[in-house]
Amino acid sequence: MPSLGADMEAGTLVEWLVAPGDRVEKGQVIALVETAKGVIDVEVFESGVVEECYVAPATRVPVGTPLARIGSGKRVVAELPGASATPAAAAAALPPSAETAAPAAPPEPSPAPVPTPPPGPVPTSEGGRRAASPAVRRRARELGVALESLSGSGPGGAIVLRDLDEAAGRAPRSAPRGGFDPDEMRRAIAATMSRAKREIPHYYLATTLDLHAADAWLADYNRDRPPEERLLMAALFMKATARALDRYPDLNGHYGEEGFQPAERVDLGMAIHLRGGGLIAPAIANAAVLDLPVLMSRLTDLVQRARRGGLRASEVGGATATVTALGEHGVDTVYGVIHPPQVAMIGFGAPRRRPLAVDEMLAIRPTVDVSLAADHRVCDGHLGALFLNEIDAQLQHPEAL
Amino acid sequence: MNRDQLRDIVLDELSAIAPDIDTATIDDRARLRDEYDLDSMDALNLLTALHQRLGVSIPESDYAGLHSLQALLDYLTPRLPG
Repeated sequence: MPSLGADMEAGTLVEWLVAPGDRVEKGQVIALVETAKGVIDVEVFESGVVEECYVAPATRVPVGTPLARIGSGKRVVAELPGASATPAAAAAALPPSAETAAPAAPPEPSPAPVPTPPPGPVPTSEGGRRAASPAVRRRARELGVALESLSGSGPGGAIVLRDLDEAAGRAPRSAPRGGFDPDEMRRAIAATMSRAKREIPHYYLATTLDLHAADAWLADYNRDRPPEERLLMAALFMKATARALDRYPDLNGHYGEEGFQPAERVDLGMAIHLRGGGLIAPAIANAAVLDLPVLMSRLTDLVQRARRGGLRASEVGGATATVTALGEHGVDTVYGVIHPPQVAMIGFGAPRRRPLAVDEMLAIRPTVDVSLAADHRVCDGHLGALFLNEIDAQLQHPEAL
Repeated sequence: MNRDQLRDIVLDELSAIAPDIDTATIDDRARLRDEYDLDSMDALNLLTALHQRLGVSIPESDYAGLHSLQALLDYLTPRLPG
């Protein structure tokens, strides 16, 4: 059971996507795990053959518990512990952990029979997680509608509220899965942030950046492009920050029991607000070397999956530093709280036109306040100031980002 | 396509992006960003969806002025192909 955040103590295995005997490749999603952050895809970190699954679906186990054994394929054990061999019974074990399941909810109706199912493992061709927002999932839970039973009319077959309302009258009551529980999410945020404030001696710096060059470059870049190819200022902020982190490794890494360990590359977390009251900060891997269009598409994809489900464990647990951009809601400056075990949180406020002294003249310029919350155990304000200046320098040459 | 059909399509895409919006009671004049909490990523996703569905690519400079559903419909109506 991977750790998907400093606060996470246990997780519930929701579903195996592989069966004993299956060959898996490094990076392949092999299981779904339910945490306070919703259902997360768990990837495998080595290639090989799944020899045995140690944990049955709907079982809650502590972080660090082995979930399965990957090997050469010589010692395959087909039986799942505690799960019976019929697909119907296995499907009945699928509804989520006791914490989030509706009390005494009847099991999902068994779908059309799967031809000659292998013994033990859960068939994966049915009941794949449906695209739906947390709000839809919550509503589905209230209505007792199984998302799997619906056909979505949203983009990419995503289920939208309208589908639910249509289905509410006719669908059999059934336990849904997926989404996140706002209360559970709030508890997880409380635990993480309490630890951050208890253990990390934060220092804070902020400065105002002139966005004239970035703004003009972005407007020019976007002018003749269709919406799907356009960039957002957030992508420029992320890239500039990732490059600055690359240059100042004392802000990029994890602080563990052995002290600070700088990371070899920048896996930049992006704080994403979830409709319905939630916050998650998945990472964009190796953000410092991604071209802006690639970074933008990763960002779009990450936001979409954060809201609809499908985040991967490596994304949720792996950020080496995090950016938060509350600018959308009109605040000038963000004073961030560091997400342990990271050591820096970079905040961007609302881009705003403000009077600025430019070459002995007063000019109206697009500006943004950028802030740094950093861990004083690892570095001092002097380095933090150099770091913010580096972000500034990067944003003055958007064409080179 | 008449305006009601267009409105249905826009609302459809809007609710896919922000499923918590009750499209039955939406105020056509309300500011989408403030009233319905649409951020710039949501807005770009909406433009992308409308481009793919209606074939109208709204330039960024024009979108800046389209604050409400009503403004969006007024803008789109004369620009629909066919």
